[in-house]
Amino acid sequence: MNLALDLKKLLVTVVLAFVGILFVLPFAWMLSASFKLEGEVFTYPIQWIPKEWIGFSNYKEVWFGDHPFWKYYLNSIFVTVVTTVVSCTVSAMAAYGFSKVHFPAGKWLFFIVLATFMVPQEGILVPQFILFRMIGLFDNHWGLILLGSFSVLGTFMLRQFFMGVHNEFIESAKIDGAGHLRIFAQIAFPLVKPAIATYAILRFIWTWNDYKYPLIFLRTDALFTIQLAMQKFTSINGEFYSLIMAAAVSAILPLLLMFVIGQKRVIDGIAMGGVKG
Amino acid sequence: MHSVTEVQTNVSRKRKRRGGRMQRMESLAGFLFVSPMLLGVTVMVLLPIVAALYLSFTEWSMITGIEGIKWIGTENFDKLFHDTKFLKGLRNNAIFLLTVPVYLAISLILAVLINKFVYMKGFFKVIYFLPYISSVVAVATVWRVLFHPSMGPVNQFLMSVGIDNPPKWIADPQYALVSVMMISVWISIGYNMIVYMAGLQSIPRDLYEAADIDGANGFVRFFRITLPMLSPTTFFLLITGIIYTFKVFDIIAVLTAGGPAGSTNVIVYYLYETAFINLKIGYASSQAIFLFLCVLVITFVQWVGQKKWVNY
Repeated sequence: MNLALDLKKLLVTVVLAFVGILFVLPFAWMLSASFKLEGEVFTYPIQWIPKEWIGFSNYKEVWFGDHPFWKYYLNSIFVTVVTTVVSCTVSAMAAYGFSKVHFPAGKWLFFIVLATFMVPQEGILVPQFILFRMIGLFDNHWGLILLGSFSVLGTFMLRQFFMGVHNEFIESAKIDGAGHLRIFAQIAFPLVKPAIATYAILRFIWTWNDYKYPLIFLRTDALFTIQLAMQKFTSINGEFYSLIMAAAVSAILPLLLMFVIGQKRVIDGIAMGGVKG
Repeated sequence: MHSVTEVQTNVSRKRKRRGGRMQRMESLAGFLFVSPMLLGVTVMVLLPIVAALYLSFTEWSMITGIEGIKWIGTENFDKLFHDTKFLKGLRNNAIFLLTVPVYLAISLILAVLINKFVYMKGFFKVIYFLPYISSVVAVATVWRVLFHPSMGPVNQFLMSVGIDNPPKWIADPQYALVSVMMISVWISIGYNMIVYMAGLQSIPRDLYEAADIDGANGFVRFFRITLPMLSPTTFFLLITGIIYTFKVFDIIAVLTAGGPAGSTNVIVYYLYETAFINLKIGYASSQAIFLFLCVLVITFVQWVGQKKWVNY
């Protein structure tokens, strides 16, 4: 019985592994093409292991060539890291305020914030664009950062966790004379750190991958993020597919690292966001 | 006696006053904590909604400056429903909806299998999650090369197995939308699978044990227990998936830019083109309001529907 069951399990594993390989084939192809001579990219049957490895020069061209990726990388890193930090701070503060401080308007304000969740980003791009042009945040990294910093989802997610912090902690800290700022920084924040880490990783991935905001809110080439650079690189290098694939690998790599490091957190965060709605 | 009550009222008055002060401090603290978020939401979301609503009734090309704004009433909306390009976009959005049931079904099957019937669960989660985590720009770029009409690996493979005239995929108006939809399904599976797996974890084990005792086989258990117990998850994914298809943009912008011949034009891409390429702010705003109403209606359906259709 046990053996039969295991056999079944093994069989399903093999089948799913095969499907999984088909699933990630585009990535394998991308990786392999990025190391190839241009002339070998499209040879058929596909040579998964390049005959001649010129990966080094491909990547060198992408990173330090005419449109050096390292500059765009710095832009992306700056925007993504600052957005993540600001967004986590703002969301954690709001989440604490809405869950652990009791003030009359609190429920209503939370309801208003939550209601804006329904507003599609795409529907308010135009007024945001006009506003940013008026106040000088258009074509500016800080404008992008601002756009990504007020996440209702983050507030909602973290609020769930702050609600799980026992009120006794907060009461006794109050009796000891601590104010809310101190309670937040020294008691509540450390207790929900894992949740904040989860949200931070998700925010990092979303911001890094964002294409729409940079496309609309950035004009100057020197400010481009990696996603815009990728797109520009493709239109300039049209036929140099091995270079384009090296660029694509470069654009995905940091995320992959981020994901491998925080895999459990990412998956738990997604699952939680999904189930709780 | 008299003095005692007086003292008591004094004390309670004092306590009340102190309570009032503490309550005020508490309110102030609460307000300070939520104010950055409130400020952000007000300036970045609420204000723009009002502005979008106003602008949707005007004609304004950004070049003319603020003075150039002209109130034209509902003209934009009239125009919208006679604009063949917009209607085509709307139709494409409707077709795009078909991706949702497809990836929901695949995700569910994968979730059930991975949850119970495989070794190395973690590995499979990562594999199927990869497309979702990767940037749409990079992934779409790779697919554009894979789908290359003559040299692309996809068509080379098809020709090698005897299909002499394979479709030209994103270069062919007939197949472009379907191609984009296929890629979209591929991207969406990871996310939906993970949410389904979380849903599976929350189904009580004793239901399956009871079914085992009654001699139910795998299929009966799946259709009588798993599927109904997952209905809230399915419903949630269905609604968010539908909303997502209304907002699809990145993949279209990178892969096809609405082409060829408008065959992959969708409402948000058209909105983008109208506003940021043709600079017709008023007309674009009316499209934005239309999009907003669509999302609102779907959210409303969710809110009403979850009570009726879903088993909790």
